[in-house]
Amino acid sequence: MNRLAVELPGLSLKNPIMPASGCFGFGREYAAYYDLSVLGAIMIKATTLEARFGNPTPRVAETPSGMLNAIGLQNPGVDRVIAEELPWLAQYDVPIIANVAGSTMEEYVEVAKRISKAPNVHALELNISCPNVKKGGIAFGTVPEVAAELTRAVKEVSDVPVYVKLSPNVTNIVHMAKAIEQAGADGLTMINTLLGMRIDVKTTKPILANRTGGLSGPAIKPIAIRMIYEVSQAVSIPIIGMGGIETAEDVIEFFYAGARAVAIGTANFIDPYVCPNIIRDLPALLDELGVDHISECTGRSWNNGSTVHCGA
Amino acid sequence: MKDMMTVVSNRPIAHRIYELVLSGSLVQHMHIPGQFVHVKVGATPLLRRPLSLCDINQKANECTIIYRVEGAGTTLLSQKARGETVDVLGPLGNGFSVTAAKRGERALLVGGGIGVPPLFELAKQLSQNGVFVTTVLGFQTKHVAFYDEKFASFGEMYVATVDGSYGMKGFVTDVIRANDLSFDVLYACGPKPMLRALANDFPHQQVYLSLEERMGCGIGACFACVCRVPHSETAYKKVCSDGPVFRAGEVLL
Ligand SMILES: Cc1cc2nc3c(=O)[nH]c(=O)nc-3n(C[C@H](O)[C@H](O)[C@H](O)COP(=O)(O)OP(=O)(O)OC[C@H]3O[C@@H](n4cnc5c(N)ncnc54)[C@H](O)[C@@H]3O)c2cc1C
Ligand SMILES: Cc1cc2nc3c(=O)[nH]c(=O)nc-3n(C[C@H](O)[C@H](O)[C@H](O)COP(=O)(O)O)c2cc1C
Ligand code: FES
Repeated sequence: MNRLAVELPGLSLKNPIMPASGCFGFGREYAAYYDLSVLGAIMIKATTLEARFGNPTPRVAETPSGMLNAIGLQNPGVDRVIAEELPWLAQYDVPIIANVAGSTMEEYVEVAKRISKAPNVHALELNISCPNVKKGGIAFGTVPEVAAELTRAVKEVSDVPVYVKLSPNVTNIVHMAKAIEQAGADGLTMINTLLGMRIDVKTTKPILANRTGGLSGPAIKPIAIRMIYEVSQAVSIPIIGMGGIETAEDVIEFFYAGARAVAIGTANFIDPYVCPNIIRDLPALLDELGVDHISECTGRSWNNGSTVHCGA
Repeated sequence: MKDMMTVVSNRPIAHRIYELVLSGSLVQHMHIPGQFVHVKVGATPLLRRPLSLCDINQKANECTIIYRVEGAGTTLLSQKARGETVDVLGPLGNGFSVTAAKRGERALLVGGGIGVPPLFELAKQLSQNGVFVTTVLGFQTKHVAFYDEKFASFGEMYVATVDGSYGMKGFVTDVIRANDLSFDVLYACGPKPMLRALANDFPHQQVYLSLEERMGCGIGACFACVCRVPHSETAYKKVCSDGPVFRAGEVLL
């Protein structure tokens, strides 16, 4: 028995560990460090219809236990991702989750339509929550009706299951999650970064050229845990959790909160081997916890205390 | 490649400037001047710090890094004692093209402040190849100057300080003009205004510039460190993996 194998809509994962979108490019750089086939899946960098350069630099600023980024959706455009990046990734035995972004509903729909046809794309992750694009972006992630409409439109054209990535920059994440579930989403991924800012004490100016950016890393882990805990009990579609994961213990904490799989972002920058290391460490941790299969961990922290198989 | 390296020595060599010697098997992968290592100083701060290789000593299995104490990361690094370890990722990036200067040709090395360190290994390798090395070092003031004598051992060496406390008063470009320094290949590392001035002064010559940018991953995956390329709205180069060294004109400064 593979104690780490997880089944999610569109995704038969050999383990529930995957790099988070935007923190792993299209995999090429990390392939120099290890065999990407060990990963459960890969969430590739956000893809838009046309190529985008993104924001001016500085694009990152460090914070206590975290970092701010304002990359601004830099990517080569959907057609080049399909022609160059996805075929390259196909040499690995690993399902791809394509992160889809845009400024308009039409753009999302067009990108989703095209990229969902690529043979190794097993699911889409709708990035309705990027805090770093001026136009559009954020309304999709903060207004439940808009998010629901977008989800419906993308579901209609997508050849593969659609996961929607939730923004933590909302007053009520449960409302948002329910609206997206009702619109037909197959799953949720959460959380994206939290909007933040740093100011250089010497120059009086913001450190990021974009002024504000998205906070990620260990600093946001308790927020991610709380939000997953709330949302997972309010919806029946599965959640892929992320936000500050660095260790196998962190992964289990996300499962206890209600996640069915997890993604790892910022920690890849600190240790390029973090994903394979976590995959290596998990079985011993399961032994220690007296757990046979990692899926049993999902939702263990919920009030009723028992294992709940949400939506499976 | 990533490994723990052991501190051999870590000592101040000028005001807030430290020379750190590390030993470890990673050194066997270090060959190219201008490459950098990405150093995790401790449990905090979170991110790694990019620092240039200053001297590579394969035989002793040691490399030298020179850094200025700036903020949390370099302050913590300055407190590391002999025998302690640091977590090093690298060597990373594309360094200086040593072979661009041929035997008997003249290389001009121009360093500004904390941009000086990577030029040392470069000077060493160029001289070994029979290239004539002239160095121009620019510092704010005398008490932050370092390695001037070491560079003098390779050939002519000039210093400029902004306040005139050591060498010529002014900038490196003033020294180059005043002494009418000519060269076959120019290599430079330092603050952007200095690199820009050099690129402008020598538009028709072989000029290599080492850039700095804030980094996330240091290996090309996060797109934190990009710079623009001439004549394109969307083309880019990454400082961490395409650079940090570029031909002048290759990227917009
Ligand atoms: C390719 C490359 C090579 C470098 N080589 C050297 C060297 O040989 N010696 C040396 O003293 N310095 C070098 N630097 C600059 C050095 O990385 C910074 O001084 C250092 O990261 C500051 O860290 P801190 O924690 O002390 O400062 P803080 O200001 O606390 O750092 C906060 C954040 O900003 C980043 N940061 C701050 N200043 C810079 C900078 N100038 N460039 C890039 N990131 C910065 C830090 O990495 C960190 O993520 C190099 C930078 C680059 C990009
Ligand atoms: C540099 C950087 C770039 C990112 N780019 C994207 C992106 O393109 N699309 C997306 O949905 N999320 C993006 N994210 C958010 C991450 O996928 C993840 O949701 C978030 O960083 C929280 O996880 P972490 O704390 O493990 O990094 C990015 C994060 C970082 C740090
Ligand atoms: S620092 Fe991540 S791409 Fe250069």
